[in-house]
Amino acid sequence: MLLPGPLRGEAGGASRLSVDACGTLGAVLDELAADHPRLARRIRDERGELRRYVNVYVDGEDCRHSGGLAAPVGEGAQVQVLPSVAGG
Amino acid sequence: MATLLAIGTAKGLFLATSTDDRRTWEVSGPHHPRTSVYAVAIDTRPGTPRLLAGVTSSHFGPSVATSDDLGASWDEPDHAPVAFPADTGASLGRVWQLTPGGADEPDVVWAGTEPSALFRSTDGGRSFELVRALWDHPHRPQWQAGFGGQAVHTVLPHPRDPARVLVAMSTGGVYRSQDAGASWAPGNVGIRAAGLADEWPEFGQCVHKVARDAGNPERLYAQNHFGVYRSDDDGRTWSSIADGLPSDFGFPMVSHPGRPGMVWTFPLIADVQRYPTDHRCRVYRSADAGDKWEPLSVGLPEGPFYPAVLRDAMCADDATPGGVYFGTRSGEVYASRDEGDSWSQVAAHLPDVLCVRAAVV
Repeated sequence: MLLPGPLRGEAGGASRLSVDACGTLGAVLDELAADHPRLARRIRDERGELRRYVNVYVDGEDCRHSGGLAAPVGEGAQVQVLPSVAGG
Repeated sequence: MATLLAIGTAKGLFLATSTDDRRTWEVSGPHHPRTSVYAVAIDTRPGTPRLLAGVTSSHFGPSVATSDDLGASWDEPDHAPVAFPADTGASLGRVWQLTPGGADEPDVVWAGTEPSALFRSTDGGRSFELVRALWDHPHRPQWQAGFGGQAVHTVLPHPRDPARVLVAMSTGGVYRSQDAGASWAPGNVGIRAAGLADEWPEFGQCVHKVARDAGNPERLYAQNHFGVYRSDDDGRTWSSIADGLPSDFGFPMVSHPGRPGMVWTFPLIADVQRYPTDHRCRVYRSADAGDKWEPLSVGLPEGPFYPAVLRDAMCADDATPGGVYFGTRSGEVYASRDEGDSWSQVAAHLPDVLCVRAAVV
């Protein structure tokens, strides 16, 4: 999993994390929440939904175009968290 | 002894400290620079004062951070401090209000949120639990969202009776509990809802802010979306105290924490002209519970002045004589160390000021 700069502080400064889960994006984020709960709640709200301005790419594809949290994540896949270009 | 002024803005929290009885200020920040800070509290009940900040990242969501060293460092628990239970189907938009409980409940902190809900902490603000009875209130589906969103923006625990607490929300009105939050009743009798077909509804009034009197906790003051009111029966009924003000529209309402009957507000022309009345920077003060009002402007900008002061962007401190503070949407912050008789600028060129709170620490 690749993390953007603003979230690395929630992972001890790491820009990459290995998550021992696959199957769906939801399963990967659930596993992430077990080890890094504060990081996980920056990505999803308490309903488990992706925050509006947080994008997640699985092997380069926007998960919102490939099933959302049901997007398939294979072994060795790269999951990238990327905040939207938004704000003022 | 120092006085701390916490300034929540659209882009971070600034902390102003005075060690010379509020003559000069040193400003630090921004703390939490990637967030908007709609709520801040200085809880002076513990031996070490605790700062609480409702911080909301437009990307990464809302949270509550605390500091036990006056802002030198901040802490946030792993779990979400304020979160809606799964069965509600709701998610937290932001925390609009953080209010420490009474002195006899030293670990209680209340949080008012968007969407409109009340949360209660019994561990000093590290974790909060939804107050179910207000969330389940049959009126809730009819509470509307104002321009700022649908939120409980005011929480007023009774200073002597922990069973009593009052909340207020825009386009929802005032609600009161007398049984520690187990049940809630609207408290809007006498408050006009301008623009509605029924101008005297049981609920739905657009209250902007409510403050409780220092000497008589049954006495409350409200600034509404058109209308300034006082209640002498703990929010059951209200009567107008707008005579003597240049406008009955505005957002803040602040009571003096130690002087009964003294309140301040910052009138704007109207909802369609959200400028200070006469385009002048003036705070209005009453020393007799709203019977008479006087403008205060010594030390404030003299020229045309257009910024508004938001509902939580005015506060009082607990020093003697009382200090009053306000911040503007143009990022200016002003302070008075003599109950509003004269003012000086604390800071300028900050982001939009959303809230201020001050205390002797």
